[in-house]
Amino acid sequence: MKKIITVTVNGTEYESAVNPNMTLARFLREGLGLFGTKEGCGVGDCGACTVIMDGQPVNSCLVLAVEANGSAIVTIEGIGEGGKLHPVQEAFIEAGAIQCGFCTPGMVLVAVNLLENNPSPTENEVRQALSGNLCRCTGYQKIVEAVERAASKIVCGERAGEL
Amino acid sequence: MKKTYHTVNSRVPRVDARAKATGEARYAADLAMPGMLYGALLQSSLPHARILNIDVSRAKMLSGVKDIVTAKEAGTVKYGVSPARYDETVFCADRVRYVGDEIAAVAARDPETAQEAASLIRVEYEPLPALLDIDSAMSDGAVLIHDDFPGNIGAEVHQEFGDVEEAFKGCDIVRTDRFVNKRQDGGFLEPQACVAQYAEGHLTVWSSTQSVHYVQRSLSMVLGIPIGKVRVIKPYVGGGFGPKAAVNTIELAASLMSMRTGRPVKMVFSREQVFMHSRARHQFVHELTTGVKKDGTIVALKNTCHLDGGAYSSFGIATIYYAGSLLGAPYKLANMKYDGYRIYTNKPACGAQRGHGGVAARAAFEQQLDIIAHELGMDPVEFRLKNIMKTGDVTCNDFNMSSLGMKECLDAVRDGSGWTEKKGKLPKGKGIGVACGFFVSGAGYPIYRSETFHSTATIRLSEDGGGANLYTAAAEIGQGSDTILSQIAAEALGVAFGDVKIYSGDTDFGIDLGAYSSRQTLMSGHAVKAAAEDVKRQVLEVLSDELNVPRDDMDIENGIVIFATGRPDFSAVRSAYAKEHRGWVQSSLPEGLTFKEAARLAFLKRGVIVGNGAYKPGELGGKYKGAAVGTSPAYGCSAQVVEVSVDMGTGRVTVDSMTDAHDCGFAINRTNVEGQMQGSLSMGLGEALFEEVKFDGGGRVINASLGEYRIPTSLDMPNVRTIIIESNEPNGPFGAKEVGEGAIMPTIPAILNAIYDATGVRMNELPVTSERLYTAIKNKVK
Repeated sequence: MKKIITVTVNGTEYESAVNPNMTLARFLREGLGLFGTKEGCGVGDCGACTVIMDGQPVNSCLVLAVEANGSAIVTIEGIGEGGKLHPVQEAFIEAGAIQCGFCTPGMVLVAVNLLENNPSPTENEVRQALSGNLCRCTGYQKIVEAVERAASKIVCGERAGEL
Repeated sequence: MKKTYHTVNSRVPRVDARAKATGEARYAADLAMPGMLYGALLQSSLPHARILNIDVSRAKMLSGVKDIVTAKEAGTVKYGVSPARYDETVFCADRVRYVGDEIAAVAARDPETAQEAASLIRVEYEPLPALLDIDSAMSDGAVLIHDDFPGNIGAEVHQEFGDVEEAFKGCDIVRTDRFVNKRQDGGFLEPQACVAQYAEGHLTVWSSTQSVHYVQRSLSMVLGIPIGKVRVIKPYVGGGFGPKAAVNTIELAASLMSMRTGRPVKMVFSREQVFMHSRARHQFVHELTTGVKKDGTIVALKNTCHLDGGAYSSFGIATIYYAGSLLGAPYKLANMKYDGYRIYTNKPACGAQRGHGGVAARAAFEQQLDIIAHELGMDPVEFRLKNIMKTGDVTCNDFNMSSLGMKECLDAVRDGSGWTEKKGKLPKGKGIGVACGFFVSGAGYPIYRSETFHSTATIRLSEDGGGANLYTAAAEIGQGSDTILSQIAAEALGVAFGDVKIYSGDTDFGIDLGAYSSRQTLMSGHAVKAAAEDVKRQVLEVLSDELNVPRDDMDIENGIVIFATGRPDFSAVRSAYAKEHRGWVQSSLPEGLTFKEAARLAFLKRGVIVGNGAYKPGELGGKYKGAAVGTSPAYGCSAQVVEVSVDMGTGRVTVDSMTDAHDCGFAINRTNVEGQMQGSLSMGLGEALFEEVKFDGGGRVINASLGEYRIPTSLDMPNVRTIIIESNEPNGPFGAKEVGEGAIMPTIPAILNAIYDATGVRMNELPVTSERLYTAIKNKVK
């Protein structure tokens, strides 16, 4: 039997009837058409389906849609405002941190979340934060550089804003 | 004097980066169509068995099932990668050969129904002996996996250049070592997926593939549809690394079911199915005997290799050749003998993976050279430098090193890593190692025998010349070819990078063999450059007539027409352009005549300006059997120095630093070159230290997940010091050649040589797990 859930996704509230065994990943993709959330394994190994749920990065393939009832979710489509890229996205583009791009949405979300909680992470803290997100293309180096570059962009941006 | 470039040799961001950073990029699994059905496969649960009966009656009765196909419906047209070994059919007719072999497919209204229906199909098997390794497959009296191949030897190669046995007689050191790697998985993040749509005699397939061309040909041949009525489109692809270079079962099955139902059919592999499909790195068992003179001259190499091929040939017919031929360089070697045997086993078929066929051979050889250097008391870098090939050298197996910055690479990693200060001076448990390698820059011949162009490209100017649309079937799979080809087009045409828009990965856009054998930059690059030059020629021809200036006295650079001498009066062209754009708010035009003005004139005189380019390498290599495999218009090369720490109490290896120098001829995009180097090293590190696809006694993959089949994480990879060497390849566009695969070659042996330096132990079996290394350290102490 379907269950009614209410979820806020990227600031918009949705009420939906979902099967109890539907994953959050599938709900986002097929229910809401948010295909930026990727599925690379379906069992929580690769991190490609990472979304932010109530401030925490989660593998959305391991979360049931019914578990997300009442939660606030941020997907890659919710990053950046009004056609303007988030500094993390800008940094990923500039640093060459993107190759095939399949891990990129998850990587960007983890990085955004990290920098919200820790605006000036060390390289090791960046690597720790990204360690649940697999990338086969880049060897991670330019992703780490991108997160570091984004951190200084954000800090500089805020300083500029204070003036 | 170095030429000034505007777009190539830069660090322009990738053309697809924004779509990927925002999540807008659509991959095959993201596609949906009205009325679309979902497919599921029924795959064999046994590694080897006769099929006695297939009963689909219960599956057919399930509500929501629209089609069920088996070999009866699909037919038994044989296909594969190379026509020399077409040994697969869409579905197994009378026999399954590995756990995962495809027996049937179902199309239904949703994925769950399709899965359920597939599980309701009853297959009656008569089990056959399962041959799960090389030894059992080759043993006397072993059942034949394919009836035509006695001894289960699917392919064998015997080559000799020079006289190895005679040469050994004159050597001071002749040593033999055995080396074995393990079956590796591609580990790309995006599982294969496709959507097939058949309508009015035309089949269109969107697929996660490295080669729309090969998929198109296979679909046409197997399904009996004229090639002109099969269109294959590659959406964004989440990595390939080799296993996506040929047609797969879901492309065939979805197409077949779409033809039968008249509705689009989508099929997506689960991660487990990716492992079962495999087509990734073989297991190689190498026995190498190398002879060296006491002054350090390498004289002869005898290489015997057995490849565990799995149940079908896939790319294996090329792999087996590469496992021999790719030791012909980068060291001068006058005598080389190779005996290769690819053995059928009851496991998923192996195929091509980054560094195709050469990675295990290179690891074995470079470790052996390290051993020999120590026996000779020579520094391993000096030993390599003594034997190194240089530009213009030709290998004993007839590969022409038309550019080779091998010495420059070795010098760069020696100096960049602090080798001289560190080698032999590190404390126990710390080690440093070096290795070299080389790789083809595009296979010299297509995988099927043909006179075809390897790449074509078309550039069409917009009516005002402000946009140049580039059409190619080249496959952007993450390696960056869309960006590279756009850069080449912009540079060759003389316009801004932003004025080129690329449309790629579609068989309607031309012929391109695709993204494998590190061929896109050189081969597709040539075609694109030629197309751009064709466009430029046409525009300048029209301008020449108009201005009475010889065509060859004009050029286009950075969007402006350049005149060799003086400046003709072009005011008529300019005012015509202005008249044609009345009402436009014109930004002030530069002093010089713009390309747009010239292109508009060309359009008015000739209609749409379309430029074409096509490339094929021409005849390459020797005349002996198998001479084609390994030939290439150019060869990339690289050297690496790796430093490791080994926990002597647990055998755990940590890679502390990597210094990599790669000769890519000329870096079209420096950021992309570094990205390819870093990614290659990561894949090599994984294979060296932990990647191994494992099977149980029933032929099932027991670690078919990215949790249990571990690929490197951000905590496993150190930062790589990347050094780009540019030797200016005469056969490459702007002097460019490969980087995508060659960079992996030295990684494994550099790690192994560093482990030896740290522990005094030589590891002849991959991966070097803690357990394996700990045991080896303990056995050495005994």
